[in-house]
Amino acid sequence: MARELSTGAAINEAIAIAMRSDPDVILMGEDVAGGGDRSKEGTEEMGGVLGTTRGLVGEFGMNRVRDTPIAEMGLIGTAVGAAATGLRPIAELMFMDFLGTSLDPLLNQAAKLRYMFGGKVKVPLTVRTVCGAGMQAAAQHSQSLYWMTTGIPGLKTVIPSSPADAKGLLLASIRDDDPVIFCEAKGILNQTGEVPEGDYEIPLGQANVVREGSDVSLVGFGATVGIAMKAAKALDGAGTSAEVLDLRSLSPLDEEAILATLEKTGRMVIIDESTPRCSIARDVAALCVDRGFDFLNAPVKCVTAPHTPVPFSSVLERAFLPSAQNVLDAVGEMG
Amino acid sequence: MDFTRDALLDVYRRMRTIRSFEEKLHELVGAGKIGGFMHLYAGQEAVAVGVCSQLTDDDQVGSTHRGHGHCIAKGVDVAAMMAELFGRTTGTNRGKGGSMHIADVEKGMLGANGIVGGGIPLVTGAALTAQVKGQPHVAVGFFGDGATNQGQFHESLTMASNWKLPAVYVCENNGFGEFTPTEFVVPVKDIADRAASYGMRAVIADGMDFFDVYEKAGEAIALARAGEGPTLLECKTYRFYGHYVGDATPYRNKEEAEDWIQNRDPLDLFESRATEAGIVDSDALRTVDGEVAERLRVAVESAESDPLPEPGEVLTDVYVRYE
Repeated sequence: MARELSTGAAINEAIAIAMRSDPDVILMGEDVAGGGDRSKEGTEEMGGVLGTTRGLVGEFGMNRVRDTPIAEMGLIGTAVGAAATGLRPIAELMFMDFLGTSLDPLLNQAAKLRYMFGGKVKVPLTVRTVCGAGMQAAAQHSQSLYWMTTGIPGLKTVIPSSPADAKGLLLASIRDDDPVIFCEAKGILNQTGEVPEGDYEIPLGQANVVREGSDVSLVGFGATVGIAMKAAKALDGAGTSAEVLDLRSLSPLDEEAILATLEKTGRMVIIDESTPRCSIARDVAALCVDRGFDFLNAPVKCVTAPHTPVPFSSVLERAFLPSAQNVLDAVGEMG
Repeated sequence: MDFTRDALLDVYRRMRTIRSFEEKLHELVGAGKIGGFMHLYAGQEAVAVGVCSQLTDDDQVGSTHRGHGHCIAKGVDVAAMMAELFGRTTGTNRGKGGSMHIADVEKGMLGANGIVGGGIPLVTGAALTAQVKGQPHVAVGFFGDGATNQGQFHESLTMASNWKLPAVYVCENNGFGEFTPTEFVVPVKDIADRAASYGMRAVIADGMDFFDVYEKAGEAIALARAGEGPTLLECKTYRFYGHYVGDATPYRNKEEAEDWIQNRDPLDLFESRATEAGIVDSDALRTVDGEVAERLRVAVESAESDPLPEPGEVLTDVYVRYE
C-alpha cells in the first residue's frame, strides 16, 4: 500500500525501519532529538532543524539517538570511528555547506580507511545532509556540494528526487558497507508523493528513466528531476519528445544508463543545481563526448547555476537556480 | 613493585622491540631501502608500552604519524609491519598504507594516522561503539602536543566528556610540534590544563618512566571501563630522533637533547628500576636484546624478499561493493 508522504516523512520512516531492523544503526547529529525526552516537563523535541527526525528519540532512546554539540568535525569523525568498529551510524550534517567544518574525517579518514588498511576494515557510515537553494538561506546554507564528495574516491554520493526514492535509497545507503553521502535537496523535502509501506531498498548506482522519450534526453538528479519533468511537458507541446533520466546516485555513476539514453535520442541536456566548474553536469557531458561521441547529433548542453555564491533575495535566488525555461532554451540552442 | 618477572620481561621486550625497530628503520631509510615519510618513535617507548600493556585486543587504539611504537606495543606483528614498510603484499596493509597508516583492527590498532589529530575522533567513535553496545572495552587515543591545538581534539574531548565515553586520551608531549617548540604555540603550561574546559579528569605522567605511565594509565583505563568517563593523560616525553628521518634538528638545543638521550632514556630507567627491585637481572634483559635483534633481522630479510603487489591492486579495496 502506498500513501502520500513528504520526502522528510519518507526519510524519517526509512531511518525508523533501519533502526528497528538492525540494533547497530544509530542516529547522531546536531538537534536530531533536540530537547524533549530528557529536558524539563512541558517541552517537546525538535527532531532536527527541519523536523525530519522527530519521534525517533522517543522510539529508540538516547543511547541510539544522540544530540551532538555543534561540532561537525567531532560529530562526523566520531561517526567514522564508530562505523569502523562495529556500528552503522547515520550522521546528520545539518547543511551540506558544513562540509567546510567537517571535511577531514570524510576526506582523509572515511574515504580512505579501507584502502589504506588493504581492505581490512569497512566504514558503513551514512551522512545525511540537506543541500541546495530555494529557501532564501543564502550563501552558507544553500550550496549543492555533491560534486565535491563525488570527486573523492572511497565515498559514495546519493541524491533522491522523490519521497519514494528517498526512502528506498536511504535504506540502501544505511545498509551499504561503504560511507555514503546522502543528499536531501531542499527543493524536494516538502514535496509529497506516493511512498510504498514497509521495507524496500533501491540499489545504489542505478539511474532511473522516469519518462520515456525519443528526441532529447534531459538528465537530472535531486530537485532538477522536477525541472526536467516540467520542461519535458512543455517540449511535448512543441512536438519534441523528451526522455528524463534521474541519476539517483552520483557515485557510483550509472554510465551505461546515460549512454543508453544518449544513444536513443542523440541529444542531451544535463540539469545541475550546483555551480558549473568541476560539476556533475560537466562530468556527465565529458562522459558523453568520451564514450558517446558517435551517438551525438548536437552539442551536449549543461544547465547549471552560475559560477557565483548563492544569493539571498528571492529574485536573485530564482535567477541563480536552473529553471525549466533554461532547459527549453538549451534545447532550442541545439537546433 | 607489583610485577612478576615474566610481566617485566614482556614489557622490556616490547620497549626494546620498538627501539630496535626504529633504529633499524633509521638505517634502512638512510640506505635508501625504504621510501616515503618516516617518523620514528624512539624515546617515547614508556608511553606506548605503559598504556598498551594494560589493554586487550578488543580495546581499540588510535595512533599518529609517529605510530610504530603504538603498533608494536599493541601486539601488531613486527614482520608484517616491516613488510608493509617495504611495500609488500605481506604487509599489515598489503602495501597500501605504509608507515603513516599501519593498522590491524583485529589487534585493536585502529591505525596510525597521517593527519595530526585525525585519530582522536576515530577512537572517540570506537568508545561510542563500546558504550552503545554495552561492551566493556575502552578506546585509547594517542596524539602529540601539536594535535591538542586541532579542532578535532577539542570537539572530540567535548563529546567524550558529555557522553562519559570509555576513552583515555594520551597526549605524548615531546616538546615539539614538528620543528616548533611546544611553548611557542601552546598557550597553557601543561596540556593537561586543557581538560578543565571539558570537565574532564587530567593527569600528568613522566613519559620516560614506564612505571609512572603504567600506574596512571591503569587508573584511567579502570575508570573508563567502570563507566566513569574519559581521562586526559599527559605524558612528558622526548623524541630521540627528529620529526622525520632526515631531520637534522637544528631547532633543538644540543645539550638539552643530549641530557634527555643520555640521562633519561626510558629503557635505561626501566632497567635500573627493574633490576634494583631484584625481579629481573641485566643478563636476562641482554638475552631479550639478542632475541629482538634476531627477530628484526629475520623480519627485514623476509620483507626484502616478500612479493610486491600486482599493479592491478591499485584498483581494489576502494569500496566494499562497486555497483
